[in-house]
Amino acid sequence: MREAAVVSQSNPLQRIPGVAIVLGALIVLFGAIAPGFLTPANLSNVLVQSTILTMLALPMTLIIMTEGLDLSMGAVLTLTSLCVAIVSLATKSMLLSLGAGVLVGAAFGTVNGWLVAILGIPPFVATLGTLGMAQGLSLIVSDGQSVVGIPHSVRDIYSATLAGIPLPIVLALVTYAAFHGLLYHTRFGTYVFALGGNREALRYAGLSPDRLLIAVYALGGIMAGIAGLLMTARMNSGHPTAGLGLEFDAIAAVAVGGTSFERGNGWLLGTLLGVLAVGVLRNGLNLISLPSSVQVASVGVLVIVALFLDGLRSRT
Amino acid sequence: MTDITKEALSPPRSFLSRDAIQLFYRLLAVLLICAVLAILNGSFLSLGNILNVLRQASLTFFIASGLTLVVLTAGLDLSVGANVALSACIAGTVIHTTGSPALGILTGLACGGIVGLLNGIMVTALRIPSFIATYGMLWVLNGLTYWYMAGETLHGFPAGFRQIGSGYLFGLPIPVYLLLVFLGIGTLFAQRTIWGQEIYAIGANPVAARLSGIPVTRRLLLVYAVSGTMAGLASIIFLSRLNSAEADIGESLTLPAIAAVLIGGTSLFGGVGTVFGTFIGALILTLVLNGMNLLSVSANWQPLVTGIIVILAVWLDMKTRRRAQ
Repeated sequence: MREAAVVSQSNPLQRIPGVAIVLGALIVLFGAIAPGFLTPANLSNVLVQSTILTMLALPMTLIIMTEGLDLSMGAVLTLTSLCVAIVSLATKSMLLSLGAGVLVGAAFGTVNGWLVAILGIPPFVATLGTLGMAQGLSLIVSDGQSVVGIPHSVRDIYSATLAGIPLPIVLALVTYAAFHGLLYHTRFGTYVFALGGNREALRYAGLSPDRLLIAVYALGGIMAGIAGLLMTARMNSGHPTAGLGLEFDAIAAVAVGGTSFERGNGWLLGTLLGVLAVGVLRNGLNLISLPSSVQVASVGVLVIVALFLDGLRSRT
Repeated sequence: MTDITKEALSPPRSFLSRDAIQLFYRLLAVLLICAVLAILNGSFLSLGNILNVLRQASLTFFIASGLTLVVLTAGLDLSVGANVALSACIAGTVIHTTGSPALGILTGLACGGIVGLLNGIMVTALRIPSFIATYGMLWVLNGLTYWYMAGETLHGFPAGFRQIGSGYLFGLPIPVYLLLVFLGIGTLFAQRTIWGQEIYAIGANPVAARLSGIPVTRRLLLVYAVSGTMAGLASIIFLSRLNSAEADIGESLTLPAIAAVLIGGTSLFGGVGTVFGTFIGALILTLVLNGMNLLSVSANWQPLVTGIIVILAVWLDMKTRRRAQ
């Protein structure tokens, strides 16, 4: 198993060009045509705006490595963001509201994992069902209205700086480091590779693939909870459609980043570069005054192209 | 033809009785829900409400019937709702600018069909898994529709055109007649034509289907194009019923359509299911949502309930299939 992990870690190095070229091309393109793209203020803006997506795309990488998918992540983030907003209004405490968001996220992640691992429901339809459930609960707890009046303890998370670096960027970097450590330097990470590559091997090794799979999905829910705090802080409110479609940007980042949907082969750094590519694409289109609808459509095209190329690679 | 082909192509006779029992259970569920709703709320059994349920169910059915064929091939089309929105907006614009409903209807159907065909090309030629290809398409269509409409609402269509969605003939809503027509066509196509049987065969065993000479790629293209065209048809009905088109009309349509297909007994794993089952599925879902409405449960609860129903339906399907093996 250790050998398998080594192989899958060295393979992705051949793929550095793919996502790096996409990112580089986008930066050159928008540097040339979008006024103000290459200013430090705007680049820092791109990074800060990519932090929420980073927190979703990293666990999404792990989920896709298990040949799974989580379509509910955006809707769960919406729900956790609302929970953060409601609890912060009631208690004024950042930690309590974060706790509430993480708890709700973890519950949904665990349910996703349980549906996939124990009931054996195909991931895309199980998480499509929980997407509807999270969306419904968001409408129910908010009654379709925005939750406003977020206290400073939560709001300031998004605007604070640490040693001159915006706090969201620090949080995203810490998250990346944690996921990198988890995937490449712990036994759990090796098992995640095995969940996608060779589930039987786990069973022969006396481990429970089901429980590991639930843990992977639960991790996705927990991260959606943490990202929910950032979302509420960023929007200075809780809104029942706040996270709509964010799971798609996360899937896009993972696909562009070179994680395969078919071979249980993941690459976290690629996902990080993929997140930046999606962020640059949206920011650049915004700067040349194209509406957010065009951004959505172009991310859609990006995913289809990335998956097509992934399919080509897996056939050669 | 080899024996495998014959077996794959012939209707699964040995399962016929089991299928009949499954259908019986579903009809029983319909009656049970009706009985409960009639007891809880007197106005459920009013003619107006029953016709309303049938009309609602027909809207879900149009989208779900095309989707059924896709699911029969073990695929999925997540873009149907977004397809309805784009087709409705484009058809609405054509009617507004040319004043010709016929031209608008043709454009709506063509738009839906082309989107479906593109889905089919992604699944066959580009070999992208259907659920992720059509999910990408969902967001492409969403973006296009919002960009095209730029926040505008189209409304006010010719009275003749509005009859399609809101008119009556001999006391029954016109969509109900359309429902019966497409239920008939869909059932005949799936059960009684070679193409229909080939679709079942592809879903049951794609490798065997290919080896026995079925043009799998062409049939898959057909199936996705039909699913898109039915979304185009649904867009016309929506347009004439609501008398307006907005970019967001498709957002709450996909999950109910998938729910109807799955409640109707069509298996996500392909090869098993009927268009008639999907009709019953659409009826059950509509009855549940209509009942919640009658009992003054807020519409905010509908996505939650639909989500739970989707998961329950898949789980029940897997359980019965496991027991059958």
